Amino acid sequence: MYPLKVMLIISSVTYPELGIPSIFHPNFTELHPRLKSSLFRLGFCWGNSVERKIYIPLNKTAPCVRLLNATHQIGCQSSMNGDTGVIHVVEKDQDLKWVLTDGPHPPYMVLLEGELFTRELMLQLKGSSRISGLAVAISKPSPAQGFSPGLKCPNDGFGVYSNNYGPQYAHCNWTCYQDHNLPQNGSVPEYPLCAMQLFAHMHAVTNTVTCMRRSSLQTAFSLNPEEVCDALSDYNVWSTLKPINTSSKIDPMDEVIIVATRIDSHSFFWNVAPGAESAVASFVTHLAAAEALHKVPDVQTLPRNIMFTFFQGETFDYIGSSRMVYDMQMDKFPIRLDNIHSFLELSQVALRNSSVLWMHTDPVSQRNESIQPQIKTLVEALINGSTGANVTLQEVSQSQPLPPSSFQRFLRAKSIPGVVLADHRTSFQNRYYQSMYDTAENILMKYPEGLSPEETLDYVTDTAKSLAEVATVVARALYQLAGGTGNTSAIQADPRTVSRMLYGFLIKTNNSWFQSIIKQDLKGLLGDELPQHYIAVTTLVNTTQLVQYVLANLTGTVVNFTKEECLNPEKTPSPEKEMYVYTWVQGSRDPNSTSRVPFCVQSTVHLTKAASPAFELKQWGSTEYSTWTESRWKDIRARIFLVASKELEIITLVVGIAILILSLLATYFINAKAHVLFSSPGDAGAVAY
Amino acid sequence: MGATVFFGCTFVAFGPAFSLFLLTVAGDPLRVIILVAGAFFWLVSLLLASLIWFISVQLSNREDSRLQYGLLVFGAAVSVLLQEAFRFAYFKLLKKADEGLATLSEDGQSPISLKQMAYVSGLSFGIISGVFSVINILADSIGPGIVGIHGDSPYYFITSAFLTMAVVFLHTFWGVIFFDACERRRYWSLALVVASHLVTSGLTFLNPWYQASLIPIYIITISMGVWAFFTAGGSLHNVLACLSCKQEEDNRVMVYSALQVPVED
Repeated sequence: MYPLKVMLIISSVTYPELGIPSIFHPNFTELHPRLKSSLFRLGFCWGNSVERKIYIPLNKTAPCVRLLNATHQIGCQSSMNGDTGVIHVVEKDQDLKWVLTDGPHPPYMVLLEGELFTRELMLQLKGSSRISGLAVAISKPSPAQGFSPGLKCPNDGFGVYSNNYGPQYAHCNWTCYQDHNLPQNGSVPEYPLCAMQLFAHMHAVTNTVTCMRRSSLQTAFSLNPEEVCDALSDYNVWSTLKPINTSSKIDPMDEVIIVATRIDSHSFFWNVAPGAESAVASFVTHLAAAEALHKVPDVQTLPRNIMFTFFQGETFDYIGSSRMVYDMQMDKFPIRLDNIHSFLELSQVALRNSSVLWMHTDPVSQRNESIQPQIKTLVEALINGSTGANVTLQEVSQSQPLPPSSFQRFLRAKSIPGVVLADHRTSFQNRYYQSMYDTAENILMKYPEGLSPEETLDYVTDTAKSLAEVATVVARALYQLAGGTGNTSAIQADPRTVSRMLYGFLIKTNNSWFQSIIKQDLKGLLGDELPQHYIAVTTLVNTTQLVQYVLANLTGTVVNFTKEECLNPEKTPSPEKEMYVYTWVQGSRDPNSTSRVPFCVQSTVHLTKAASPAFELKQWGSTEYSTWTESRWKDIRARIFLVASKELEIITLVVGIAILILSLLATYFINAKAHVLFSSPGDAGAVAY
Repeated sequence: MGATVFFGCTFVAFGPAFSLFLLTVAGDPLRVIILVAGAFFWLVSLLLASLIWFISVQLSNREDSRLQYGLLVFGAAVSVLLQEAFRFAYFKLLKKADEGLATLSEDGQSPISLKQMAYVSGLSFGIISGVFSVINILADSIGPGIVGIHGDSPYYFITSAFLTMAVVFLHTFWGVIFFDACERRRYWSLALVVASHLVTSGLTFLNPWYQASLIPIYIITISMGVWAFFTAGGSLHNVLACLSCKQEEDNRVMVYSALQVPVED
């Protein structure tokens, strides 16, 4: 059958500063165990084509696709016509032996339980020619039961980066597998066996340099260019506490404090990136802090401005932050690097051990005499902010390098005082970093049972309370850093807002609050499925837009504009129109009627491109900037069916050939003797010449 | 390894038809023309039958599955009757053509006998109906899977191929018997041909209970073959003569056969 095309190339999503090795990726497709829904009803002879008698397509699959950078490719690949193998469910290590050595029907398509899907196992499988592919079945709580916390993650000590593993695997209704592939009474299963075919052929190969060159050749010479890969890109979201004029540069003497978080995540599988701890909890905290600060009465008179920055594509070698730094250096951004007073980044903050939040600083800057006092001020402001709050701030040892953070991109350009806040000291608390299991359960969000969606939206979980504490600390510290002299204890982040945001970004974007704060024509970006935060190659992914609208809603003000004025603010006489962005949102549903009450929001929320400068400069082999691209593909699907034994196939062919030869001989003989055979008196040969 | 099954089934379904075409039809342009025209007649009959079935489905209640099943049986019966009607039309056409051919030929005799025309037209009906019944199944047999994931028989492909082979043979035999019956105005023979066609078509509704459909169909095929053999002028004596015949006898009979003038009523 089809040989396994093993695409096992070391990923370069590594963190050199922590010296962590990366993951291997073999042929892969993830599979939802929702077979029942895809089972076809057996109808009558018409409309019941032969193909439906043979194949069951698996609709809800999430593939692992190929991603490339300047030097390597990661991800998965199938042969052009798909890879086929006999399904074998691997539940324990003994099953592996069957697949790798004992089983009599290779090649096998390994179906793994989610928790077995580890790097060690991948390494075992990758060299075998007896494996044609791999599928992972994960159990997800069904929407009907709400977001049940019934799935417990095992608590044994897995290393931080050791890859995905997680919830208990619910046995799905694999009737095909159970009926055909499970050994009966201890004997080896007989044909026909249940098999699976995976199609995930990727067009791009080798690395970004190769695929971009091929794409550019195509666009240059072909009328129908068929590009093979696309750069990962999207938009950064940012806003400022005090409005600035984005069409010009701010004054060189102005000082700006940057607060930053990432808003994207990633996992082994394409567009499966829940990123609860790695992104959502952090940017939700950030948004809550922004809201708390905007509520303070004297913020508009503070000596320093604060910029809230949400970077997109940070997972892929800091696409968003490197682009913003590049724009600042190229004078394409209203704020210059020299305007930056200090930098505060929220890394992963949701999983704190006894509410300790660690302040990471750059050891190189610490040795710089002009920067060191400013870092000290920053640290002191944070510690001051935490008084009275249930958060203990601690510094890590000054020799320890920074964790992976956007701040590093700024440090590369200029020595800036900065602190990265994280819930971990040396290694991540997050055991599901960039994993499909980095879901709401991972940050211990628990809802009591029996809540309606509306009640769930507003239910304040312990996670929300603790994140609100962090947001409070951040907001107070920022107020102080910006030169605020008022009483900081009045600054308080709202746990209810945090709850709503967590619900919206982790569980269901299609909730009444999100509905009320977006533009009417963007209703399509709200959905009932779990929100994913993958950057993708299409611009303006859902996460970016939602962060934009939530930020505008939390930090903006409602202005009394008509729809016309709101959509065309340049026509209004308002003197501040240069400084603000106006959004016409659809508003919440009027309780007494079905219509909504739209209104105009004035905010300072802006979007700027988060595309790696490497593609701007056409330096596809850049080592300075991110070069991640995503391969294109034509067809990603999977189907299951029965395969016959080789013997039955050979018998069919032999019978066919025998009948052909026999009929040729018989026809020849009868034709030659037709005159004798069909020669009754007075009758001529019917078949003879 | 779908190619194995594909070629196996193709050879089973069309091996006999292919050898008959290659050795008895392809050498003679007139027979090729009759074959192609016959296939066209069959196609037209299928078109009409499918139109009737389609319209009846459109007009009926599509939710009622029993009714739809009944309509399918009705459609199959209409198709059989239309095929036989077109066989008759083709017979009439060939008779006309035969007269024309006879006037054109130098010796005033048609270059092809009616029995030969009957055989070729029967084969043409067989080939085209075989192609239409099995081609989509063959196309799906190329893939890696076999039928059976919903509990169907895994022998679906090979039984379909054998069924097709039987249909090719049956049409050939029916052609020979039908033309002879028309020629001699033996209406009971015509009725028997139509009836056996209807029975064969009806038996396929027993699928996927293959024993119940294939075995009776093959019994019908063999009996039709014997009948057609005798209709075409064969006899037990001829078979024995053929099996024991000698070479020199062959040559003599060959000359005799070539000189033989077809009997025309």
